[in-house]
Amino acid sequence: MKLNDLERAMLAGELGPAVKEAIEHQVKVGDFFGAEDFVPVTQAHIMADTESLGEAGVAWVERLARSGGRVRVPTITDPRGTDFARFGVLKHPQWIVELERRAVKAFTGLGVLMTDTCINYQTIQAPARGESVAFGDTGVVIYANSVCGARSNYEGGPAAVAAGLTGRAPRYGFHLASHRRATLRIVVSFQPRTLNDWGALGGVVGRLAGNYWAVPYVEGFTEVPGSDALKHFGAAMASFGSIALYHLAGITPEAEDCGGTALPVAHRIGEADVKALQSAYADGNDVDVVVFSAPQLSLYELQKLAGLCNGRRFVKPLLAMTSPQVKPDADRFGLTQRIEDAGGHVLSGMCFYQSYAREIAEANGWKRLATNSAKLVNILGGYGYVPLLASMERCVAAAESGHL
Amino acid sequence: MTTLFRARQALGRPVRGEALVAHDGFSARYDLDRIRGTFSRPAHKLAGQSYNGRILVLDTAKGGVATSWMLHEMASRGIVPLALVLNSVNPILVQGAAFGNVTMLVGFDGDITAQVPHGATVEIDPAARTLAITAAPR
Repeated sequence: MKLNDLERAMLAGELGPAVKEAIEHQVKVGDFFGAEDFVPVTQAHIMADTESLGEAGVAWVERLARSGGRVRVPTITDPRGTDFARFGVLKHPQWIVELERRAVKAFTGLGVLMTDTCINYQTIQAPARGESVAFGDTGVVIYANSVCGARSNYEGGPAAVAAGLTGRAPRYGFHLASHRRATLRIVVSFQPRTLNDWGALGGVVGRLAGNYWAVPYVEGFTEVPGSDALKHFGAAMASFGSIALYHLAGITPEAEDCGGTALPVAHRIGEADVKALQSAYADGNDVDVVVFSAPQLSLYELQKLAGLCNGRRFVKPLLAMTSPQVKPDADRFGLTQRIEDAGGHVLSGMCFYQSYAREIAEANGWKRLATNSAKLVNILGGYGYVPLLASMERCVAAAESGHL
Repeated sequence: MTTLFRARQALGRPVRGEALVAHDGFSARYDLDRIRGTFSRPAHKLAGQSYNGRILVLDTAKGGVATSWMLHEMASRGIVPLALVLNSVNPILVQGAAFGNVTMLVGFDGDITAQVPHGATVEIDPAARTLAITAAPR
């Protein structure tokens, strides 16, 4: 990689050992992908839950902080592994809480802002078109690239820490205009109505596209989706297919110039394809727990959920997870109270699958989990759950009856 | 007789071990029981098999960014694949391999999962970007 004077100084250790280690990591990754140089980034976003870091990762961040490392650009975090105010709800043991506290202290020592959110494009600051960022959650990256027209690769935890410390990222992949052009054209003849339909459709597109370097161009929608619909659509596409960028004809900002209409139609997706994915997550109807998470809920999703909780009394746990930015508004507007009056729980700053899903399943006796998140059902099979996908309405009813 | 395959991208140190092969994806969060060191996703073609000390020959990366931390965490406990060999990757796997010091080879002529027999002994030389089959499956 070609380095400028500042980057050479970083590599030589003139800006401290943490920056040196960071840029060494970035050069290794950049060389692997043939990056010619670095691109300055305006913000970084770190997956920072301790289930991912483990003790070894926390110790690494602590060491960086002790060595004087400080981030050079605004750097924020993905959800934590617990809600410190409510960890008893999930029966998180004390060792998890303590490891989380260590992680918070270490990241804070680096100057990281503990936003603990995977919906920062809704709650912190959405990037602008063409803005280069270093985001570290697949759902965040695909939304930023596709809906905002910003530029980011998947920057996993250590890489996002490195980007925060150096203020730059290797210039490859979706930082390059050439990689942002459509690679396959998909025609849709199904207009999703619910968030789980949007997520399931995203999952179908992700499976068809199949790998990180594919850029689907999707056409055929008759209505313009809102932010929450695109949140679920993109998060599921990223989860099922490792996709980081898509274009929607007539909707997303780069669709017109991405070359999608010049491609032959590779796939046609109808309602039957979406239903087929959903039916793969409909094994029986008994439910142990209902979860709304992945991504964290917006204020509007919580408002809808609160409305569905009116007059109900749950016999199964219902967990709704949101960001620390949304939670105070949900409290202020009485939404939290309405959900909790029915027996549900609103948890803040965490996301279910990043919160030691295997351990809480064992502690609580949970196996059959109902959710409206296509991303969540795709993840949880490996954690020993039988995940069930249904609309928010059916999931809430399941919390009341114990059956989907 | 040794069969040799050349990759387009490589990372890490030379290793030798038994290949665990499947035309399936890889994500540490989605697919593994990292405590037991086994593939835990029921639908994964390697479900139930131990990955510890094996050379994984798989198709591509799945979603999720946690693998970039998790390979490092797995290595710290000594329950980690010896190497990852894939047809294609996303940045997360590369960042994770770099951070966790896990050897990686990526990109071949043809589907590498169709060319390396499951259970074969293979040698990987990242500097030469080669994978050599040195012994047939036992």
